[in-house]
Amino acid sequence: MSEKTAITLSINGHDHAIRVEPRRTLADAIREDCGQTGTHIGCEHGVCGACTVIVDGEPVRSCLMFAVQAADKEIRTVEGLAKGDELHPMQQAFMNHHGLQCGFCTPGFLMLAVGVLERAPNISDEDLLDVLSSNLCRCTGYQNIIKAVRAGAKEMRSK
Amino acid sequence: MSEPGTRGAGLKWVGRSIRRLEDPALVTGRGRFTADLPAAHWLRFVRSQVAAGKIVKVEVPGSAAVITAVDLSGVKPIKPMLHKFNYKPVSQSILADGVVRFTGEPVAVVVARSEEEAEDIADQVEVTIEETEPVIDARDALHAGAPQIHVEAPGNVIVEGVMTTPDFDKVWASAAKTVTVNARSRRQNATPMEARAGHAAYDPSTGRVTLTCTTQMPHLTRTAIADVLGMPEADLRVIAPDVGGGFGQKMSLAAEYVVLVWLARKLKSSVAWTEDRRENLIAGFHARDQSIMLEAAFDEGARLIALKSDVISNIGAYSCFPTTCGVEPLMAMAEMPGPYDFRAYSCRARGVATNTCTMAPYRGVSRPVITFVLERAMDKAAAAFGLDPVDIRRRNLIDTFPYTSASGLVFDEASYKQTLEMAVNAVDVPAFRKRQQDQRAKGRHLGIGFATFSERTGYGSPAFAARGMEITPGWENVVLTVDPSGFVEARIGSSPHGQGLSTSLAQIIADEIGIAPQHIRVVHGDTDNTPYGWGTFASRSLVISGGATLIAARKVRAKLIRIASHLLEAAPHDIVLEDGEAKVAGTDRSVTIMDMARQAYTQTHRFKGEVEPGLTETGSYDPAGTFSNACHVAVVEVDTETGRVHIEKYLVAEDAGRIINPMIADGQVHGGIAQGIGNALLEEIIYDETGNILSSTLADYLPPTAHEIPPIELHHLETPSTTSITKAKGLGEGGGIGAPAAVINAVNDALAPFGVEIDEMPATPQRIRAVLRAKEQAA
Repeated sequence: MSEKTAITLSINGHDHAIRVEPRRTLADAIREDCGQTGTHIGCEHGVCGACTVIVDGEPVRSCLMFAVQAADKEIRTVEGLAKGDELHPMQQAFMNHHGLQCGFCTPGFLMLAVGVLERAPNISDEDLLDVLSSNLCRCTGYQNIIKAVRAGAKEMRSK
Repeated sequence: MSEPGTRGAGLKWVGRSIRRLEDPALVTGRGRFTADLPAAHWLRFVRSQVAAGKIVKVEVPGSAAVITAVDLSGVKPIKPMLHKFNYKPVSQSILADGVVRFTGEPVAVVVARSEEEAEDIADQVEVTIEETEPVIDARDALHAGAPQIHVEAPGNVIVEGVMTTPDFDKVWASAAKTVTVNARSRRQNATPMEARAGHAAYDPSTGRVTLTCTTQMPHLTRTAIADVLGMPEADLRVIAPDVGGGFGQKMSLAAEYVVLVWLARKLKSSVAWTEDRRENLIAGFHARDQSIMLEAAFDEGARLIALKSDVISNIGAYSCFPTTCGVEPLMAMAEMPGPYDFRAYSCRARGVATNTCTMAPYRGVSRPVITFVLERAMDKAAAAFGLDPVDIRRRNLIDTFPYTSASGLVFDEASYKQTLEMAVNAVDVPAFRKRQQDQRAKGRHLGIGFATFSERTGYGSPAFAARGMEITPGWENVVLTVDPSGFVEARIGSSPHGQGLSTSLAQIIADEIGIAPQHIRVVHGDTDNTPYGWGTFASRSLVISGGATLIAARKVRAKLIRIASHLLEAAPHDIVLEDGEAKVAGTDRSVTIMDMARQAYTQTHRFKGEVEPGLTETGSYDPAGTFSNACHVAVVEVDTETGRVHIEKYLVAEDAGRIINPMIADGQVHGGIAQGIGNALLEEIIYDETGNILSSTLADYLPPTAHEIPPIELHHLETPSTTSITKAKGLGEGGGIGAPAAVINAVNDALAPFGVEIDEMPATPQRIRAVLRAKEQAA
């Protein structure tokens, strides 16, 4: 155990002044210190991607980043995707195309897809499949996640 | 995609792909999972680092709060019971009591104020174990002189099923040809994306404990923990909130949950445990690990006449509650004959204890393995007779119903031959064979594999009773209430966790009482708020909870019609319920369900004592069971240099009776197939010879990613079930049952020119290269 450091995490535009040990992962800080439990932890080894969030515009596995490394950066989580009652096109696409079953991996897939498509809106289907293969889902067999992300990408481009 | 809320006169909700009612919370991060709850105390389990031994001492640093078996005296062990099949009841202490039997077994538990602190302390707990010789492989555990896992079970056989049909030997002797499959399906972990987690909170005002945990069966979890702790069930509430996948792993009772409830009562506080992925992979229940020797006898017309099998199921260290370790070998014995028409059957199926993690049911339970073995036998026989794999299946599939199998199962109406033909037409076998020849000439090795199978679903208590289970699940209850505002709540004993059951049940209710699914809430996963029920497993919930829901909804419908008849002064048979109203046919007289519901509570005097107050009805359903069926086809390319298998095409023709929500049904099939592909090619829990696990991260244990799953093409038939009142059959497991067989048959078809076969799963690149290398070296 070691001493705690005071940091500020900016999550979905809100500042959270927290005190964390240097070893605290960003995933734990987001969930436990900032109370944003929409980000899920699936493996803590950086393999499954359930904890993916967007940090300064880039999808990041929040179990592989320390909270102190994310201080003063712009963090976006699944809770910040919708604008009020209006769902993000990717959230709507996941619902329309049955891109989720148990919903545990879903926030990670949403943040991965949104993070990548904001940077590369015209990504090819092949590259998109590469991107999606970085997260694990155990329920859907990926068929409808791929469908949903392609539909969501189209919708994002048209907005 | 049908838009919700567009229902018009005559339109039905059942059969439509409406969006799921479950989704809005889950896509916005508002799902509520167990690990989201805050707690005053956190637990870390100290687990055995060796597979077998005697605990000499547990040394605890300073004043740390550490609980061991000694502290739990008075807590009963977990001891599931089977009253048949020479079952040897074995006990599992909640924490290891003197002896450890597998790597990862909980020995002690640290209680601290945070997860980090608990982990730090756990690292300092010194457990001294005097190691004894472990036995890891079930076949080794059967040898004379092998280490004994439990004194109650000399020889390590915990359960043994044996059956032989009359005249078996005579039929066998008449065979024109026999084939043998010596198969192995290695060990898996169901790997729900949410590992196990529990949270127990003591309520000082009532003395009750609420256990929130990621379970598939909240009611039985409550019964079991109350039994083990010797407490009244009324003092325990179990909640299954959003559950991040289960696939069977979250059906068996976790000893860790017992500790949570015990500690919450002792500390009069809240305590939580979140399993990490390593714990889940080494100790969160395993699956499969079967060796099967199957011999199949055919007459001169390539008709299957007899099957003989020897099933050895590695059940791990303990017997899982509630099913017992009989679940795997006994399922294999009952269902080995598959969808083929023959009468002579002989089987011996043993569940053997070893120093490995305890086995539990996992999607498909034995059937992914026995289907793979039987379908390998069909392909081997096809080769022996010089027939096409499709042709030999055509000659042997059952097509008259009800059909009683050689093992005594009664199959209801289905479409085994039709789905085979549907799949064969869709895949265009002749065109594939030509392409296969052309590509072989270029050094590329394509293969096609078929799997035809049945999937027993929705079976009630008689089927479980036949296994001799002390705890005999089966039925389900549903309590359906229209509240005074006209909103509908269905309280169910099932406990869905991703299956979309709330949406499907709402569709069933919607059609009966003429109200849109958006006005229906399905309440599940809370023992305080739902009727006793068995939970969600064994492809049962849509059939059984769906049936109970339909029965309850019919009663509510009848009552609404009686109320409308009073209010509209019309004969009951003239009343039509639709679009949220009761109407008198052929008139403009109507009353809304909202009005009727309000009056059912607040204006009961108007019904002259002819209608009971309130608007709540109960449905109960306990069916015999119904069989879904499908034909799966895989087209693969095997890189013979590297051993890599690429699945080029995957196609399914399936029949699960009436489909309530096609979108949800297809999703279940997709997910099952992906797990089946993992079973066939990728996923393996590996023990070394000392019983240490070598695959303890998701970088070593490999569930498929989006790259490994090809586009899946689905074709449908709907043969309404005659034994399910909704006419629906279950389909949660079929994808996972058919896929291993189809993929492995395709791999073998691709390898045929090399004269090698692979009858072991997963068929990893290393295993494929090993059979090819052995052949090269022999040549």
